[in-house]
Amino acid sequence: MAVFNRVESPRLVEEAIYSEVVQAGDGWMRELKPGQVLRIVDLEGNQAADTLFFDAENPEDHYSAVATITGQSNIYLSTGSVLRAESGKALLTIVADTCGRHDTVGGSCSAQSNTVRYAHEKLSMHNCRDTFMLQLAGQDGVYTKRDLAPNINFFMNVPVTPEGGLKFDDGVSAPGCYVEMQSHGRTMVLISNCPQLNNPCNAYNPTPIQVLIWDN
Amino acid sequence: MANIWSKDIGPGGKWSGTIGKGKLIRLTALEAGANVSFQLYHAKDLTERYNMPDTLKAQYTAHLTRGNVLMSDNGRAMVSIVEDSLGWHDPLSGYTSRAKTDAKYGVTNYQELRNEWLRSGQENFAVELVRNGLSMRDMMPVVNFFSKIVVENNGDMKFVQGHCPAGATVTLRTELDLLVVLSNTPNPLDPSESYPSVPVRIEVLPAPPLHEDDYCLNYRSENRRAFENTWEYHTLLNA
Ligand SMILES: [Zn+2]
Repeated sequence: MAVFNRVESPRLVEEAIYSEVVQAGDGWMRELKPGQVLRIVDLEGNQAADTLFFDAENPEDHYSAVATITGQSNIYLSTGSVLRAESGKALLTIVADTCGRHDTVGGSCSAQSNTVRYAHEKLSMHNCRDTFMLQLAGQDGVYTKRDLAPNINFFMNVPVTPEGGLKFDDGVSAPGCYVEMQSHGRTMVLISNCPQLNNPCNAYNPTPIQVLIWDN
Repeated sequence: MANIWSKDIGPGGKWSGTIGKGKLIRLTALEAGANVSFQLYHAKDLTERYNMPDTLKAQYTAHLTRGNVLMSDNGRAMVSIVEDSLGWHDPLSGYTSRAKTDAKYGVTNYQELRNEWLRSGQENFAVELVRNGLSMRDMMPVVNFFSKIVVENNGDMKFVQGHCPAGATVTLRTELDLLVVLSNTPNPLDPSESYPSVPVRIEVLPAPPLHEDDYCLNYRSENRRAFENTWEYHTLLNA
């Protein structure tokens, strides 16, 4: 199962066809072609890369956290995890992971959930769902709020206990940890590099990530 | 209290309908081993829907029971779980697909079996969503009432057999006007080799007015803020 399955990538940074640093609070959206590999690097450690996928052949078929975890009967993501769409279709497979495990139960932060979790006064603070929506707004109306399903939080640690409790712990990640996934078909990737300033997991210091793409 | 309305949903059955705020929805397992996959949308704005992660992280829980509030992606209380004979309902494991149903229980079809063919949650939700002007793009994680999934320390998800006896009930109070969509289809992690759905009764009853000492309102300060967001919505709507 997908727990602490540490696998280093054979891919060389200098052979990547694309590389970009995404600052905390920024969004990133791009289509992967079949076979392409996406690496996300936690440059400074304990950052959360909130990520959604869509089947680019059928944009209404979004990533499904629940189809993914039920498909492997395990709630954590690591090397070998198959990331599934709502239809059950396999979108990508995680092929390398030096972090250990990733969360897909905790969802993304939003202005409204911040008012519930912290205080009504947090409504104005920047958040991942605003970043997602700003990115979707640039896609010629293909995507709307209806397409915003629960996401993956790469590098986040959200343990569930056998008693059914859920908590947010300090990250299991460290500077330079990365996760790599290979796309089975044409897959749209949507990332919000989390700007969360209310949760002690990131020591109230959101930091940049790097995204790299290889052709295979 | 006399109910307003009642319907029995047979194995494999589905239902959708609009239920106004300030009512109770009582679900009863008519036999042991029920599972009802349950989805909620705000009737006046169908783009607002039950949000599993927001609900779980606000209440620091990975299971749902009395006291818990199902929250929307707009930070509002949608329903409160006001009574629960079981202590655990599953928000994590989703609904069955056609492919999984065929693989697990054998391929069935209407031509041969008439209405005894085995329905899937995926198809049941597809039909009811389209009926209500939505589509599978609106499908998000469901609550599986009557099922218990334990997550072990290594993350493994285990279906607990024998959790739901005949007569088990759970009662929800509606805090918004809601579109309810449900499918009486097996939990995807139920290891039973025969199709295990059992009939479930759904009843709607009047709810007593919310009091300041309400258990769900005071369960956590997060719950109170979600109620305040719902009240703010109604204040602006009715001003
Ligand atoms: Zn965030």
